[in-house]
Amino acid sequence: MIRTEHLTKSYGPTRVLDDVSISLLEGKLTAIVGANGAGKSTLLSIISRLLDADAGTAHVDELDLATAKSEEVARRLAVLRQDTHMTSRLSVRELVSFGRFPHSGGRLTAEDDRIIAQSLDFFELGDLGDRHLDQLSGGQRQRAFVALALAQDTPYVLLDEPLNNLDMRHSVRMMRHLRGLVEQLNKSVVIVIHDLNFAAAHADHIVALKDGRIIEEGRPVDVMTAPILEKIYELPIDIHVIDGIPYAIYFR
Amino acid sequence: MSTTATVGRPAGPVVDSIRRVRRWPISVRLGIMASIAVGVALTYQFALVTGAWDYAMSLRFRQLVALATVGAGTGVATVMFQTVTHNRILTPGVMGFDALFRLVQTMFVWFFGSAILVDLDVRVRFLVNAGVMTIFGLLLYRWILRRTTRDLFVLVLIGIVLGTLFGSLTLFASRLLSPDDYLTVQDLVFTSFNTIDPQLLTITAIVTVLAIGAAVPLFRQLDVVTLGRDNAITLGLDYRRVVDRTLIIVTVLVATSTALVGPMTLIGLIVANLARQLLPTFRHSVLATGSALIGVIVTIGGQFLAARIFDFTTTLTVCVNFVGGVYFIWLLMREAKL
Repeated sequence: MIRTEHLTKSYGPTRVLDDVSISLLEGKLTAIVGANGAGKSTLLSIISRLLDADAGTAHVDELDLATAKSEEVARRLAVLRQDTHMTSRLSVRELVSFGRFPHSGGRLTAEDDRIIAQSLDFFELGDLGDRHLDQLSGGQRQRAFVALALAQDTPYVLLDEPLNNLDMRHSVRMMRHLRGLVEQLNKSVVIVIHDLNFAAAHADHIVALKDGRIIEEGRPVDVMTAPILEKIYELPIDIHVIDGIPYAIYFR
Repeated sequence: MSTTATVGRPAGPVVDSIRRVRRWPISVRLGIMASIAVGVALTYQFALVTGAWDYAMSLRFRQLVALATVGAGTGVATVMFQTVTHNRILTPGVMGFDALFRLVQTMFVWFFGSAILVDLDVRVRFLVNAGVMTIFGLLLYRWILRRTTRDLFVLVLIGIVLGTLFGSLTLFASRLLSPDDYLTVQDLVFTSFNTIDPQLLTITAIVTVLAIGAAVPLFRQLDVVTLGRDNAITLGLDYRRVVDRTLIIVTVLVATSTALVGPMTLIGLIVANLARQLLPTFRHSVLATGSALIGVIVTIGGQFLAARIFDFTTTLTVCVNFVGGVYFIWLLMREAKL
């Protein structure tokens, strides 16, 4: 289980995370939602060890993220960042191979090669394996970075906006794949996502952040109600239930 | 949009030949570099000998070892430095290291006087020099990199400002020196491969070999650093430790080679960038080897030209800085476009 206790983080006078205590459920797909600047990415960055909290702790299972050995954490927790900019010229296959670094320390075994090939295939990157990252479209690059995170083959996966730049077909495939990781391989997946309807259709659990605090959490049917969503986004949002799943309609 | 990087490149005979080289496998390219390095070394050792053969052989061999040590050390150090600073334009030299060397020498003479310097064992002087440079360099780069400035131009600017600051301090301190002391300083800071103390050469060679040996286990980790800080951390790299160790090795390498022969500002820049251009890979085992070989070729070849062909009418440093300066401007303009 990923657990945070009283996490607090400020940038100057602005408090971006305010006493956040949360337990992200094991073997579930959790979606973190909220308006821009609500603290979603900051929370994820702290859990990913990219940012130090001002106060509070974060644990993955029994590992305290502030003190645990970095490589040990990397074998449990894979992370996709929002920023997929890359300064060096790497091919797609080389990039995805780095996902095996926590396991093999840079010397790839046959097992590593198999997992890399599988990851590339799933994201339809097999033919692009030898292309350089700067020759890819935004969506292809996004898929390459998700393939990198999933090649790490960890029980916990954190993805910051995995649907960035993806078309509808690839978005649905991505969400189904994450769902499959949860159901078939019993992994715990946490995503930050802006598309509420994808969250409602695929997530087990939704956590809503506002102004650095958790203001709602629960099953999609419990969180996706008109009054709660209006509170989160300060926008009137209609809810239409189709096949038992609440969909938010807010386009006009 | 994604193809601008390949479309916008200027073409020319140099670029074309680099493209042709890119089709050869990397092992072949390293093999060719190694043979050129050996060829240049043999030429340097045996070509155009006038006067006493034995004397020329032993002098040239010493110079050869010094040139190779400096070339290889600078090459490896610069590639590593560029990886942890995440850009291809910075080198320890560009970031004010050479100016720091001159400052340390001047302050040394200023504090202790040239009399002590003359009495002091060369080995002690060398070790003090290299030690002080390592400590200063380390503090400086750690401080700069901790600020995590990602803007290339800010970093280059810091380097230039530091270089100027150290230069002005050196100038100020040298005004306070007696003319005799001043001459001593001039002698100390002048880059020279002509007279090399055999004892210092041995120490430098050993330190360089040890430092490069210590760098080898870092290569695989530096490969991951290529992905940027965030990705490296989430992949389980102890990022801070890797960067710190790299900076220690880099400063030791640059400090010892500078203490031996004096400043060679732009040589690392040429060498590391040629290596990255001729060996398009992220693997530091390959990049560092290539950079070391090119470093050996450039220093020995350059010294051969300066000493034998131009007959000492020009120096290696002048050649390197002229070629390096033009190359630096070209790189800066190309990077600015991207």
